[in-house]
Amino acid sequence: MSDDASGSSLAEKGLQGQDQTVASFEEQGRNGIRRVQHFLHEYPTAIPFLVLVFGVLVFAGVAGHRFYAPFNLSLVLQQVTIIATLGIAETLVILTAGIDLSVGAIMILSSIVMGRFAVVYGVPIAIAFPLGLLTGIVCGLINGLLVAVVKLPSFIVTLGTWSVYGALVIYVSDSETVRSQDIQNIAPMLQWTGNIIKIGGGAVITLGAVLMIAVALAIWYLLNWTAFGRHIYAAGDDPESARLAGINTRNTLIGVYTLAGFICALAGWIIIGRIGAASPLAGQDANLDAITAVVIGGTSLFGGRGSILGTILGALIVGVFRNGLALAGLDSLWQEFTVGILIIVAVTIDQWIRKISA
Amino acid sequence: MKKWKLAGTFMAGMAVVGIASITSAYAADIIGLITKTEGNPYFVKMRQGAQAEAQKLGITLKSYAGKFDGDNDSQVAAIEDLIAQGAKGFAIVPSDSSAIVPTIEKARKAGLMVIDLDTPTDPITAVDATYATDNRKAGLLIGEWAKGTLGDKAKDAKIAFLDLATNQPTVDYLRDQGFMQGFGIDVKDPNKYGDETDPRICGHEMTGGAEDGGRTAMETLLQKCPDINVMYNINEPAAAGGYEALKAAGKDDGSVLVVAIDGGCPGVKNVQAGIIGATSQQYPLKMAVDALDAIEQYAKTGQKPTMPASGFIDTGAQLVTDKPVSGVPSISTAEGLKLCWG
Repeated sequence: MSDDASGSSLAEKGLQGQDQTVASFEEQGRNGIRRVQHFLHEYPTAIPFLVLVFGVLVFAGVAGHRFYAPFNLSLVLQQVTIIATLGIAETLVILTAGIDLSVGAIMILSSIVMGRFAVVYGVPIAIAFPLGLLTGIVCGLINGLLVAVVKLPSFIVTLGTWSVYGALVIYVSDSETVRSQDIQNIAPMLQWTGNIIKIGGGAVITLGAVLMIAVALAIWYLLNWTAFGRHIYAAGDDPESARLAGINTRNTLIGVYTLAGFICALAGWIIIGRIGAASPLAGQDANLDAITAVVIGGTSLFGGRGSILGTILGALIVGVFRNGLALAGLDSLWQEFTVGILIIVAVTIDQWIRKISA
Repeated sequence: MKKWKLAGTFMAGMAVVGIASITSAYAADIIGLITKTEGNPYFVKMRQGAQAEAQKLGITLKSYAGKFDGDNDSQVAAIEDLIAQGAKGFAIVPSDSSAIVPTIEKARKAGLMVIDLDTPTDPITAVDATYATDNRKAGLLIGEWAKGTLGDKAKDAKIAFLDLATNQPTVDYLRDQGFMQGFGIDVKDPNKYGDETDPRICGHEMTGGAEDGGRTAMETLLQKCPDINVMYNINEPAAAGGYEALKAAGKDDGSVLVVAIDGGCPGVKNVQAGIIGATSQQYPLKMAVDALDAIEQYAKTGQKPTMPASGFIDTGAQLVTDKPVSGVPSISTAEGLKLCWG
């Protein structure tokens, strides 16, 4: 025993003065920028968070106390609630490397079904409301079946169903708005999401925003702590590997689109609370706004990477910039301009971060 | 194989139905109606009115619409379709007032009678007749009403403008500038808003002509100028959304004067309920019905309607309010509800 020990120590002596590092990867040029790139790769939501902080600081400087007032900041939250909710649904789909152009149309169709059945057709709210939610679920399921079973590209599927659901909106609504006052008299429960909670300092929060945050938490939990959630990331990152690993990607996709449809229906309830009415005219660009929020929030359009928190931040960024620019007295065209720039910057950063894994 | 056979039988069946419907269509005169989009209730109601009139006249109405406001290509395709089908004529709401003109000329050369609706073509002589609504006058009416209602306070007013879209389509600037002229604001360039320097203007925000846009726009303007006491709206849906913002801010006590344009039934009901102070009512149904009658007349007798000196037949706009102001002609909401278009 002692011989052996002395023998090995002898051998170690022989290594003295030699290079003693074990086999490793080269870590050349891991300078400042590289480190930032790695940091962002690990914490992709850092960018939207920093942009949001930057935006808030800049507009606090430019637009002054009017922007910084608690009421105004809580107003921004109210204004982005609908887009953030649709953004959550959109995030689920984009994580699977898909896209859903029909989210806005599903939202409006659901809200019209709720409003019209309850107010115009006199159906009890206990039936009309679930019927509206069911509408969203069925719309999502149809998208999911076409994508996962018929195996059509999601862009094409939802481009088609966007038109189909949009046409159904006109058909079901008969191009008529269900008025705010009629809903208030007959089915006030539909406007529940518009109720306000005062949270001090003049800030107010709507129950719709509370619902949106609850949905965000639920989906965050689902994505991070359940098998289904992990399957969504896996199926988006590399569907073939996911399948070989034993994940039923088909059912995962159907589940994702159906869940997205349900969330859109909840957004339909939230929009009734916000505008009071159930209007076929509302939410015209909501699908593109939702995609904008997701992209600015750092979720990759190529699937497999992104988060719910990022999307909420993305929606808030758009809201803060629009509100801030308007309060600073800039023409509305500059709001459009700025949002466009934000999208391009966000995708550029995403591509840059991706180079690490490539 | 069985599946295909079944599909084949189905297709054949469809083809028979299709041919049957085409042949029956040839029995009656074909008249076309081309609107901007199916997404806008204004045009949907126009189509429904035309459909009812067509049934009454015993003619076949073929209706077309663009995919979006400004979609010229779809309207060109629709006209080519109608020429090919041997239609007697058509009524069109041009999406692009000048780009559509060469195709309209082609149709007229082929013997179709062309009636322009709502938005005049450029030049207005490109069509056989124009039935339009004067949007500047519609704006003027609500501007005069607001000024009259405020009285002495008009000189210290603070006005929110809830407009349509950043690119200022014709209807958008005509209504906006009409309101300003009626209210007594120096409009500078009368075909463009945003160049005025009157301190009573709080700002212009875009609504897309819908409730959600209206609410966000008004929230933003209220943040900018908490002392707003007049809210101008491009249409009634935008006004309904803007009112929700007023309600949330506790300003729904009548301290803010709300004016709009359109005259849709939900809008007139909102005037009745005191949510909107006054609205200018327009008549898209009347436009479509008059146009159909004129084309059918032409198909039967070869007679075309004579145009007044203004170049177009004004289908009119009336102020609807229950709080009339002297010097500004208006009708009550009860009358407005009888004339509203859905």
